[in-house]
Amino acid sequence: MNVAEPWRFLARNRLLSFAVLLVLLQVLLALLAPVLGFQDPYHQVMVQRMKPPGELNLLGTDHLGRDVLSRIVYGYRSSLLTCSVAVLLALLTGGTLGLLAGFHRGWFDRIVMRIMDIFFAFPIMLLAIGVIAILGPGLWGAALAISIVYTPIFARLLRAPALIVCESDYVMSARAVGASDSRILFRHVLPNLMSLILVQTSLLLSAAVLVEASLSFLGLGAQPPVPSLGLALSEGRNFLMLSPWPAVFSGLAILFLSFGFNLLGDALRDTLDPRLRGHE
Amino acid sequence: MTGRQFASRLLELLVVLLGVSIIVFLMIRLIPGDAVAIMLGANAEITPERLLELRTRLGLDQPLPVQYLQWMGAALQGDFGTSIWTGRPITSEIAANIWPTLELSFLAILLGAGLSVPLGCFMASARGSVSELAVRMGAIAGLTIPSFWLGIVMIFLAASWFPGISTIGYVPFLEDPLGNLQRMALPVIALSLPMLANLSRLVRSAMLDALSQDYIRTARAKGVSPRGIVYHHALRNALIPFVTSVGVSAGYLLGGSIVIEQVFAIPGLGRLVLGAITERNYPLVQATILVMTFAFVIVNFIVDLLYLVIDPRVAHR
Repeated sequence: MNVAEPWRFLARNRLLSFAVLLVLLQVLLALLAPVLGFQDPYHQVMVQRMKPPGELNLLGTDHLGRDVLSRIVYGYRSSLLTCSVAVLLALLTGGTLGLLAGFHRGWFDRIVMRIMDIFFAFPIMLLAIGVIAILGPGLWGAALAISIVYTPIFARLLRAPALIVCESDYVMSARAVGASDSRILFRHVLPNLMSLILVQTSLLLSAAVLVEASLSFLGLGAQPPVPSLGLALSEGRNFLMLSPWPAVFSGLAILFLSFGFNLLGDALRDTLDPRLRGHE
Repeated sequence: MTGRQFASRLLELLVVLLGVSIIVFLMIRLIPGDAVAIMLGANAEITPERLLELRTRLGLDQPLPVQYLQWMGAALQGDFGTSIWTGRPITSEIAANIWPTLELSFLAILLGAGLSVPLGCFMASARGSVSELAVRMGAIAGLTIPSFWLGIVMIFLAASWFPGISTIGYVPFLEDPLGNLQRMALPVIALSLPMLANLSRLVRSAMLDALSQDYIRTARAKGVSPRGIVYHHALRNALIPFVTSVGVSAGYLLGGSIVIEQVFAIPGLGRLVLGAITERNYPLVQATILVMTFAFVIVNFIVDLLYLVIDPRVAHR
């Protein structure tokens, strides 16, 4: 594949390129925040409290006189870090379990999937809250909580297609020529599930952003003074009548982040598998 | 639905309920450090006597299986012990907080599921690339708008446009029906939006699926009116996946209501569990999570059975 190929691919899929752009913009903002010259998100200027958007502070200041824009950019950092750690962890554990369950079947499949069913039975937020009740509030607690919630989801998502791929003719012929289990898994099964994994990871990241924001909003995730979108919303709520800006902008930031990942997953699904078009 | 199918579903249900109860039971034992000291330390001075007394009261001095059987046995009889700090029975604390959550969830399901059918049908009839894109963007936006943010914005707008109308808090329906519905309006809208977005998109694609089936062409050829085709032939079949999704959505709703209750200061189960976490009242946390999860599991069990009844293809498999 030459270098120009991905670009041509994106140019053909306008929706996908818009989604990629939206996500990339926010991820880059988060990654490059320290070198982009944003103000110190912790710096309080008490005489500049609750200012509306203006020249000095593009999005205004919060109740402690901190710059809302840089709080949001650094909030992206903590949200993206928490969510990607959580989703990656869940993908590794849940994905592996689902893959192996579909591959080996038998008693391993039955036991693993029964346990996953039990975790799946909890409403998402409730399980996350339960995990945090054990670990104590904080971003790492939230990350672990989200990954525990997502593990059974990934296991279920990968098991069924793994089952189908493992019964396909090419896996059977690979086995016939004497390929080892690990070779079959990594060279034949996994590549076939890649597009599904990519799509679902993106969609689940979108949901994870909302869960993390909810947890931080409830005081179970990020703890002050860490810049966090959910926390900013719950702090801004108390000063809504004086200055709605911090709450409004942090909410929009959560929306854009979650929206970007969801659109990306949706567009990827269309592009990678045209058969799935129009199906939920 | 055959008796055998019912029996196997029932067995699955019992396994899940057993597993859920074991996980919730183990919660308190998984807390790093001494859970009893943490609980005590959050609200009182720690002395060896107090530690011992609380440990005995919670039954933590017994072997694990004995503890589980005692806890679950009592729980099945509606006894979760007494709240550590208020001394009131946990069951009555849950009973006092359950109605706002139930009303909120029920109204949100009613609104979300009710509106999604006509909206989905409308979306299925709107073809063309522009409306297609609008439907897609709208559905994703509805799904990804943080409901608690929407709630906050609505409270703010209501306060600036209609000052004097109370939009937060809770009054029981029987005491003041109008005041109850007035305070429930905004939280119900905020809570039902993601569900509405999800379900209407589902109805849309199920309708498009159903409309492309052979029996629709047959009906059209027989001269059934377009309205008759949509409502009598297509919608009936499109609603089968819809029923399952409503059940799954109930779980998201329970989770969402925890956050929405906090935004609108509604004294429901969400506020109860959050308060319990703050004051390290672990038995109360356990009991609330157990009750809510059991309710969710049983709702989905009923939806599953309903699915068997309304879709003869599944029943005869």
